[in-house]
Amino acid sequence: MDELCTGLCKLMVESGADAGLAQFASLLVGVLLVSGVPLLTVIILIWVERKVAARIQDRIGPNRVGPLGLMQTFADLLKLLGKEDITPTSADRVLYNAAPLVSFASVVLIWVVVPFTPFHFGVDLEIGALYFVAIASLGTLAIMTAGWASNNKYALLGAFRVVALLVSYEVPLVFALLVPVMLAGSMSMLDIVNAQAGMWFVVLSPLAFAIFYISSQAETGRAPFDLIEAESELVAGFNIEYSGMKFGMFFAAEFLHVFTNGILMALLFFGGWMGPLYYESPLIAFAWLGLKGTIIYLTTLWLRNTVPRLRIDQIMAFNWKFLVPLSIANLILLSAALKIMQELGIAPRDMLSASFVDVLPTTVVMLLINLAMVAYLLGILRKRGREARREAGANQGMLARAASGAGD
Amino acid sequence: MNVLNEWAFVGLFALMAPVFPALPIVIAWLFRPRKPNVLKSSTYECGVETIGDTWVQFRVQYYIYGLIFLVFDVEMVFLFPWAVAYNEMSLFGFVAGFLFIFLLTDALFYAWKKNALEWK
Repeated sequence: MDELCTGLCKLMVESGADAGLAQFASLLVGVLLVSGVPLLTVIILIWVERKVAARIQDRIGPNRVGPLGLMQTFADLLKLLGKEDITPTSADRVLYNAAPLVSFASVVLIWVVVPFTPFHFGVDLEIGALYFVAIASLGTLAIMTAGWASNNKYALLGAFRVVALLVSYEVPLVFALLVPVMLAGSMSMLDIVNAQAGMWFVVLSPLAFAIFYISSQAETGRAPFDLIEAESELVAGFNIEYSGMKFGMFFAAEFLHVFTNGILMALLFFGGWMGPLYYESPLIAFAWLGLKGTIIYLTTLWLRNTVPRLRIDQIMAFNWKFLVPLSIANLILLSAALKIMQELGIAPRDMLSASFVDVLPTTVVMLLINLAMVAYLLGILRKRGREARREAGANQGMLARAASGAGD
Repeated sequence: MNVLNEWAFVGLFALMAPVFPALPIVIAWLFRPRKPNVLKSSTYECGVETIGDTWVQFRVQYYIYGLIFLVFDVEMVFLFPWAVAYNEMSLFGFVAGFLFIFLLTDALFYAWKKNALEWK
């Protein structure tokens, strides 16, 4: 974007435009170009989401409008345009109308720091990773606003749950995010990707990726963490009072958020655009990033359509008693191992210039630490599972006895 | 692009971002029907009129989770620079960071032992 803006700016000044205006105009063009990517993908995503969900549930999904139902989104859009928009009289009008805007904007804003190829990106902020964390929590605010402003008890209950859930899962998310930042020694997204030239970070720490994956599933409010919109108990959750296009915006934001997280995971853990021949052309680099992001995105859809919903106490316990301690232990163990190896001179001090051979010993040690942790965790989970099953069995026995006693 | 320009880009993006969702909503506002009535724009619950105020003080558990989160949220702000400087620091720098994380993890275990993490 840098060259484009400077080039465009120069061109306009040469043709006689005011320098300040030229700079503003070139920035605006840059903004429109970068935001165009998420805005165009979201149209396809709505179709993908419905088609994949349908296939997993053994349905056909949209197939009437256009080839393969591809025009379904546009038909829906037209339908939403003609829908009456009801604002409850008791709602807080300003906040009620602002919430869908903030919700969608918070997701689009993440794309500022998403580099598409080594040379094409909005801006490469030095604090890219921190920016992502800050912007992502804006979505929480939007949902809370929506629930509160609706002045509806279901909506408020849904919003309370969201805040508790999103705020909690942000802790392991950030601890997992610290691992790539630590390895790359930079918060810039571009540096984090370039530091993976030797080895993808997912190999160095699969556990950090797993924690990030689970937390981002929770951050987007997808199953098994979808009690935000638990339709069986809260009717629709925070968006119950919304209708028409405003309702649609919440969904567009959610669909885009899931895909954005897929792209982010590809950048942070799967080497972004790194792949055979990526340096040949920016197009190939972009294709690699898109491919990796889409695969991760599809697995989240798979997960969403497979697992049942958890209760809020289970979700909270899983976060605070499992994910948070695990993510802290992961960060401490990996950083200790890496520091010791750096002091011994086995691990590179600068990942950006390290080749595959340089990182190999580090990779082996860190992977082994992670695998040992996973083995230990599986042991704990197995023990806990056995206890829970025994308890459930005892309860069932008691129930059966009570039932047979009542029958006599 | 210099630093100021980078943030000008972010600023302009932040100004433009709400415009994208606002656009279809405004277009819908031009086309959509408007036939409000008292029943339609009352609170949607279950067919019976809603009882009592919605905006009440409610469930202290959410607040406790918020407090625990605050501990970690502050911790993160300090840990990011630590992670960025990680490759340049000595073993001492690592130990200092470790102690910092340890002290705050302590807070989590305190809350755990005090049963603040139980959903009641």
